[in-house]
Amino acid sequence: MSVPRNWRLQQQRYCLVGEICEKCGAKIFPPRDVCPECEAPAQTPFAFSGRGEVYSYSTVYHPPRGFEEFVPYTVALVRLEEGPLVTAQLTDVDADQVRIGMPVEMVTRKVQGGGEEGAIVYGYKFRPAIRPTA
Amino acid sequence: MRDVAIIGVGQTKVGEHWDVSLRHLALEAVQAAMTDAGVTRADALYVGNMLSGELAGQEHLGALVADFAGLRGIEAFKIEAACGSGAAALRMGYVAVAGGLADIVIVVGVEKMTDALGPDTTMALAMAADGDYEAAQGLSFVAINALLMRRYMHEYGYSHQDFAPFAVNAHHNAMNNPHAMFRFPVTAERFARAKMICDPINLLDSSPICDGAAAVVLAPADAARTLSAAPIRIVASAVGTDTLAVHDRRDPLVLEGAILSTRRAYEQAGVGPEDIDLFELHDAFSIMAALSLEAAGFADKGQGLRLALDGEIGIDGRIPVATMGGLKARGHPVGATGIYQVVEVVQQLRGLAGANQVPNARLGMAQNIGGSGATVITHILERMED
Repeated sequence: MSVPRNWRLQQQRYCLVGEICEKCGAKIFPPRDVCPECEAPAQTPFAFSGRGEVYSYSTVYHPPRGFEEFVPYTVALVRLEEGPLVTAQLTDVDADQVRIGMPVEMVTRKVQGGGEEGAIVYGYKFRPAIRPTA
Repeated sequence: MRDVAIIGVGQTKVGEHWDVSLRHLALEAVQAAMTDAGVTRADALYVGNMLSGELAGQEHLGALVADFAGLRGIEAFKIEAACGSGAAALRMGYVAVAGGLADIVIVVGVEKMTDALGPDTTMALAMAADGDYEAAQGLSFVAINALLMRRYMHEYGYSHQDFAPFAVNAHHNAMNNPHAMFRFPVTAERFARAKMICDPINLLDSSPICDGAAAVVLAPADAARTLSAAPIRIVASAVGTDTLAVHDRRDPLVLEGAILSTRRAYEQAGVGPEDIDLFELHDAFSIMAALSLEAAGFADKGQGLRLALDGEIGIDGRIPVATMGGLKARGHPVGATGIYQVVEVVQQLRGLAGANQVPNARLGMAQNIGGSGATVITHILERMED
């Protein structure tokens, strides 16, 4: 992934920052600047807690170019506690331990190796929840 | 708006064509369709293709194919809508003829996938998904469908084995299609033993990576009778869209784009699902077949699979699907698929489907899906009575 493309997404990748709609209160991730619920402009940043549960999951054995070093890896749709679904890898867990409904939390991990431009891409993955809730 | 008819069809065999290039695949299908239609010229050519830039290092297919097909000089473009590129090109051809801007239009779908290495093809196919938020997390396109399939099984209480009838039906029908890639039967037992590729999706849930091209020739319906012995009228051409990313959908198990697309198609044709004699659906993965049956109104939510389990998707069933093998067994050369589907509906409506003929087929529907449901293009075709 090119450096500028990754740099543009740093708030999302590192901090799970989306948006909140001032009109209807919808919490939005990934950010899209227009509320998908009421179509009002929505550009107010909102940092998600990173807590959620597994909505669905699978394990990748035949990866796209650039992800070979991680095989096999488990991917999931995670339902964040604030509402949105997020597509991400799971980490720190064996594939056969994953269940739908399992509580998970966001961590920052290496998502993609160096590649031609040499920049390692870090971003969010989700692991089984171990942090105490506030 | 003018009525539009298909006056000729052509297709190559689907498979691994190591000895044939992208342009020559397209050429073979175009020439077959022009011969079938009995035309030697056209006003425009639209090429449906998804991956030529990534896998063949070749874009600008409109002018390229027009030139090599002996049509140098005419209007020509490539149309792209991921795996829905073929039907998207047909849609544009339909618009041109219906709008009176062109009389004879050739639409060809072509894809050459087998020249590249596995990880490169996998990466290219993932471009149908959201690049920043799905593909960038390492998800293959298979993985996105696996997430849907697992959730479907969880919500409705199905086992993986319940999906077997889709593969069994598709392979059974492909045996009688000389253009199909997989002309061998598959049993439920063999489905159970198939290699897991992205849990819960196994090899027999999945359509193959392959090469192929298919083409149709369009003309105004009122002229079609003099041009063709067996013209087929396009009674609906409709598009619906949805979010690229599955995670952005209100309910990932509902194909909103397909609901919109089929509803618009039914309204244009003045028909409902009960009037459709056969349905060439987008069975890239067996989960997509189940979701498509539900979105098109043939089954309630969560019941698409039930239709297959009850034996209603065979040639003699309530709604025959994949009548010539579908994406699963005829093959899924992605940008060509939408045209293959339409060519097969034409074969059925002409009564030329051989052992797979749906009795008295009058109205057939083809639905081509781009991505995991973001672009859905539906065409309904009707036999023109004498």
